[in-house]
Amino acid sequence: MIRDITLGQYYQIDSVIHRLDPRVKLGGTLLFIISLFFFQNVWCYLLAALFLAVVIKLSRVPFKYIVKGMKAILFLLILTVIFNLFLTPGTPLVTFFGGKVRITEEGLKLAVFMAIRLAFLIIGSSIMTLTTTPNNLTDGMERLLRPLRVFRVPVHEGAMMMSIALRFIPILLEETDKIMKAQTARGADFESGNLIQRAKAMVPLLVPLIISAFRRANDLAMAMEARCYRGGENRTKMKPLIYRTEDYLAYFCVALYLGAGVFLGRL
Amino acid sequence: MGIIRTQDLVYEYVRRDEEGNVEGSIRAVEGVNLDIEPGDFIAILGHNGSGKSTLAKHMNAILCPTEGCIWVDGKDTREPSELWNIRQTAGMVFQNPDNQIIGQVVEEDVGFGPENMGVPTREIWERVEESLKAVGMYQYRKYSPNKLSGGQKQRVSIAGVLAMHPKCIILDEPTAMLDPNGRKEVIRAVRALNEVERLTVILITHYMEEIIHAGKVFVMDHGRIAMQGTPREIFSRVEELKALRLDVPQVTMLAYELKKRGIPLPDGILTTEELLKALGL
Repeated sequence: MIRDITLGQYYQIDSVIHRLDPRVKLGGTLLFIISLFFFQNVWCYLLAALFLAVVIKLSRVPFKYIVKGMKAILFLLILTVIFNLFLTPGTPLVTFFGGKVRITEEGLKLAVFMAIRLAFLIIGSSIMTLTTTPNNLTDGMERLLRPLRVFRVPVHEGAMMMSIALRFIPILLEETDKIMKAQTARGADFESGNLIQRAKAMVPLLVPLIISAFRRANDLAMAMEARCYRGGENRTKMKPLIYRTEDYLAYFCVALYLGAGVFLGRL
Repeated sequence: MGIIRTQDLVYEYVRRDEEGNVEGSIRAVEGVNLDIEPGDFIAILGHNGSGKSTLAKHMNAILCPTEGCIWVDGKDTREPSELWNIRQTAGMVFQNPDNQIIGQVVEEDVGFGPENMGVPTREIWERVEESLKAVGMYQYRKYSPNKLSGGQKQRVSIAGVLAMHPKCIILDEPTAMLDPNGRKEVIRAVRALNEVERLTVILITHYMEEIIHAGKVFVMDHGRIAMQGTPREIFSRVEELKALRLDVPQVTMLAYELKKRGIPLPDGILTTEELLKALGL
């Protein structure tokens, strides 16, 4: 069940989207997410849906694969919908318990929009991570944030930590699964009991996991040093970031999308 | 002078209590003298805690000797200015394949070393290609390391070291976490590097089968070099190996027992074919 999270997992296939410069994808995703929060009417959401559909089609990542990653945030999605549904003030639509709990018209609208917004947000960022190798992604981030080095922000180190964290997510997930099975075999119970009991049951899972993570970190640091890693100075790039025509074209498409969004937003 | 030379090498692990006071120390390596010639295939053998990994870490300047000296390609590892040269000259492959692969894609991982060394982009690609081909992993260059088997991951790690163009490659129990097939894959790749590229190989292991092809074997015990010689010489001393808690390969053991029962056989038989031939079968 844990293995279902596709966020941060690269999907190996060759496509136009895969080949784009990570800076374009990062910028595009960011703009797309921002646009989602400004969109208020149905037309805008249709536009966003269309935009997403086209990008998914171009990326050649199976839609099923993307949806699988959504399962992990289903809980968050439902929670958001419930909160918006019941806690938004306005004209009541349905009331329960003599008016103490009610669903308002505004709440319903907000809940639906919020759900769509969140779903789009996750799909949008999933596409970015599915089509960009994390190394590439952090490269892009490193490059975009480079100006911050003036303020002594350790941009390269941050990017490196990020890419290592991403690399170890699947390994640690697998390990969690293994420890879980080992502890279950010895009588640990992760499934029953109330929330507090279940949280307590996690302790025999987390302690070995964290210890092993530290051990791995130690090993990895040694392996990196053995391969001459000494921070970002004098480091060359195997895959330097260079904008090509496709990348400018992609920027143009994002701009077009934003323009259309502004136009539709006025309707 | 050899590519790696040590003189009375000593390394002490210092144990400290919670306040940081010295509680005691363990001498993991104790007066080791080695002289390894370029192009050699050296195996270092020993059971757990014999100090073989500690010794290996000295060859890459990850650890510095407490006493004595170690020279890698003529450079003293205690010289800070030579540190990166030493690490480039003597590449190191570790035990756990998952904990030494940094890249999310095979080729990116192989390129990590050259990137750190400041090799120009075009040359990095050439090096990655030739390194992956040398270990037979070129067709997997676009794969995620998580989708590879243990043996394949270790071969990627070896390619990652090769891309730095080392003169010597140290493998610290590279097969300890692999299944028998993966072990064979890795050892085959290592042998090819030694034979084809004339790369100096230092293989640290506790699997006896893997040292058969080595030119010279050092057996370590309690931080000291207990035995040294060719594999054949080492394997003809079955009783000594047993005293050091090491197993000899099954064939060698069989030949040894047969000889003890009065069948005339030469000492130190290493492979099944040899035994068959000696028995006239």
